[in-house]
Amino acid sequence: MHVRPSTHPTSQAKEAAFSPYEDHGGTNLAIAGPDYCLLASDTRQSNGYNINTRFAPKTFKLSNKSVLATAGCQPDCAMVTTRVKQSMLTYKHNHNKEMSTSAIAQMLSIMLYQRRFFPYYDFNILGGLDEDGKGCVYSYDAVGSYERVPCSAFGSASALIQPFLDNQVRNKNQLGKPKVTEFEPVTPLPLAEALRICKDSFTSATERDIYTGDYLQIFIITREGVEEQIHELKKD
Amino acid sequence: MFRNQYDNDASTWSPQGRIHQIEYAMEAVKQGSAVVGLRSNDFAVLVAVKRSPGELASYQKKIFHIDEHMGIAIAGLTSDARVLSNFMRNEAMKSRMLYDRPLPLFRVASALSDKAQVNTQEYGRRPYGVGLLVIGYDQTGPHLYEFSPSANVLEYFAMSIGSRSQSARTYLEKKFDTFVDAPLDQLVKHGLRALRDTLPQDKQLDTLNCSIAYVGKDQPFTMIEGDDVKPYLDQLDSDDTSDAPSQPLPGNDSVAPMETEA
Amino acid sequence: MSSVNFKSTRATQAATPITHSGGPVVTGTSVLGIKYKDGVMLAADCLASYGSLARFRDVDRLQPVGEHTVVGASGDIGDFQYVQDLLEKSMIHEFYTADGHALATPHIYSYLSRLMYQRRSQMNPLWNSYLVGGLNDSGEPFLGYIDLIGTTYQSSTIATGFGAYLAQPILRKAVEGRENEITEEEAIKIIDDCMRVLFYRDARSLNKFRRAKVTKEGVTVTEPYSLTTEWGFAENIIGYGA
Repeated sequence: MHVRPSTHPTSQAKEAAFSPYEDHGGTNLAIAGPDYCLLASDTRQSNGYNINTRFAPKTFKLSNKSVLATAGCQPDCAMVTTRVKQSMLTYKHNHNKEMSTSAIAQMLSIMLYQRRFFPYYDFNILGGLDEDGKGCVYSYDAVGSYERVPCSAFGSASALIQPFLDNQVRNKNQLGKPKVTEFEPVTPLPLAEALRICKDSFTSATERDIYTGDYLQIFIITREGVEEQIHELKKD
Repeated sequence: MFRNQYDNDASTWSPQGRIHQIEYAMEAVKQGSAVVGLRSNDFAVLVAVKRSPGELASYQKKIFHIDEHMGIAIAGLTSDARVLSNFMRNEAMKSRMLYDRPLPLFRVASALSDKAQVNTQEYGRRPYGVGLLVIGYDQTGPHLYEFSPSANVLEYFAMSIGSRSQSARTYLEKKFDTFVDAPLDQLVKHGLRALRDTLPQDKQLDTLNCSIAYVGKDQPFTMIEGDDVKPYLDQLDSDDTSDAPSQPLPGNDSVAPMETEA
Repeated sequence: MSSVNFKSTRATQAATPITHSGGPVVTGTSVLGIKYKDGVMLAADCLASYGSLARFRDVDRLQPVGEHTVVGASGDIGDFQYVQDLLEKSMIHEFYTADGHALATPHIYSYLSRLMYQRRSQMNPLWNSYLVGGLNDSGEPFLGYIDLIGTTYQSSTIATGFGAYLAQPILRKAVEGRENEITEEEAIKIIDDCMRVLFYRDARSLNKFRRAKVTKEGVTVTEPYSLTTEWGFAENIIGYGA
C-alpha cells in the first residue's frame, strides 16, 4: 500500500534525482584598508557551459557602512541577501539605529548556521567599516563559520586570486617586506594600490576561469559612504 | 455604578443600537495629543505634537516609520499603536518579499480594519484604544487614511485626530482646496498651523514637542525631529499672517531638498 | 503491492529522503524570448511530449497574465497548468480588491520565483523553466527567467531547454545591443528563424508554434502557425531515408 510499484511508467527515473543546488559561478574579492573597504564582483551568471546572463549583480549595498558579496547557488544567494536586508530593517525599527558591520557579521553567521542541515549554498564576504571607521572584511563558509580577515577572495576563481592576494596584499614570500598576518584586521595598502590589485586580479581570473567575466562591479566603502563602479571584463 | 447596563463588553448592543465599548475606545483617541495629516497631488505629510509627563521625562513618540513608502501618526494608547505598527511593518515586508512591491496603501488600511473589527465583535476582547493617521505613496499617488478603534478606515485630503483636534479640522476645512498643488514645504506649514491651533493658550510648538514626517513622489518616508524641526518652526513664525510663497529652507544635511514655488 | 511487508517499507523510507516529484512526465520543449523596440516577444511550439511520444499536439504554453505580461513554460505541462491556476487566482484576488493596483510583470516574476524557490526548498519542485515577458514599472521591456530551483536572471534574449544551446547564440547575435532598434517585423523574423532551427534539430519539437508579443498596447498571442522547411538536402545524406 505504501509503495508505488516501480514498473509504473511515471515512476521510472528518467533523470537523476532532484538536486536543489546548482553552482552559478562568479567571483568576489575584498580588501580592508586603514580607512576604506573594497569589494569587487564579476557579474556573469553561468549554468554549466552556458552563460545565463552577462549582468546579474550578486553584491549589494546593505547600508552606508556595509556591503554583502555572495557567490554560489543564485537562488540561495538571493534569499540570504533578502533575509539580511529584512533583519536589518527589523533591527532599525526596534533599535532606531543602523546595524553595525560587526553586528551584521554575527547575524549572518547565525542565519547560515540555522540551515546547517540544509545549507544555503552561498559563500559570503561581508565588507564595510567597523566602529572605529577602519575597513573590515568578514569571510564565511556556507554554514556560518566566519572570521575577520585583511583580505579575501571567494567563488569560482578564488583559487586563482587568493594566492595573488597573499603575495601582493599580505606580502607573503616577499623578502624584506612587512608581512600582514591573517590576524591583522586591515592591510596598510593605499586605496589606489588596492584598486589596481583588484582590477588586475579580475582581468587575470577572466583569462583562465570560464565562470568569471563580462563586467566587474567595485564597491568602495569610506567614511563618505559607498561608491559603486562598473568596469568591463572580457566577454569570451 | 455603571453609566448604563449595556456597556460591559463590546459584544452587547444597547437598545439604541450602539456599542458603548467602541464609543469609549473612540474617547481614548481624543485623550491623546493631536496629530495632523494632509496631502497634495505629490506628497503626504504628518505633523504631531508630543507629550511629556514632566520635566524629568522624555517625550512620547508619535510618528512611526512603517516602510520606505509609508508611515503613521498615532493618538491614544501608545502600546496598542505598537501592536498595530508591528503588524503593518510585517504586512509591508510580506508584500516586498512575495511581490517585490511596496504594499499599496489601501491594502494595509483594509488589513488594519479587518484586524480591528474582530475586537469589536468577539466576546472577551476590547477594541484598540488608538487612532492612526496613515500616510504613504504608492502607484496610485499619495494617500492619507484615518483608522479608528471602530475599525472604520476612511481616506482623506486632510485630517486631524487627538485632543482638541476639532480646531485643526476647522483650519484644514478652510484651506484644503489649496493643498492639491501646494509644494511640500507649504504642505508642512499648513500642517503645523493646523496643529498649532490645537494647543492650549500656554503651550507652543518647539523643537522638543514637534514631529514632522513626509513621503511622496521620489521621496522616501522621512521623519524630522529635534533641532531639524527648527527651520520649519522659524518659517511658521516669520510669515505668520501671510500665505505668501515661502523662502527655500536653509541647507540641512538630514533634510532632502524640497520643492518651492518659483 | 501486498507482497511488500511493512518493515521493509519503513526501512526504505528511512534510507532515502522523501522526494515528491521524481521528474517531469508530459513535457514541453524550448521557449524563446527577446526584447525589441516596442516590448517583448516570446515563442513556443504546441507539442507536449510523453517521453519520446508526441502526445498532445495543440498545447498552449504561452499564458497571458493580466494586461501586460506573458508567462511561457517549458518542462512539465501538469506543473505548468497548476501554476496557471495559481496565477489566475492571484489575478482575481487583485482584481476584486479594486483599489487601482494590478500585478505588473516584475510582481508576477517575483511571485513565481518565490513559488519555485519554496517548492525546491520543500524538495518537491515544480519541474519547469519559465520565461516572464512584459513591461516594468517605467514601461520598459522586461524579460526574466525562473527555473525549478528558483534561479532567476534577466536578459535581452533568453532561451530555455535545447533553445539555450541552439537558439541563444543566434538570438544574442541578432539582438544584443540592438534592443531599441529592432522592429516588430524583424523580431518576428529572428524568432521564426530560431524556431525553425529548433524544429530541424530538436527531436521533441513540432512545426506548429504560437508567438506572443507584449507592448504598451497589451498582450497578443498568435494562432498556431507553421514555418516553411526544406528537407531536400536529406536525400543526399547517406543512411537517411530510402
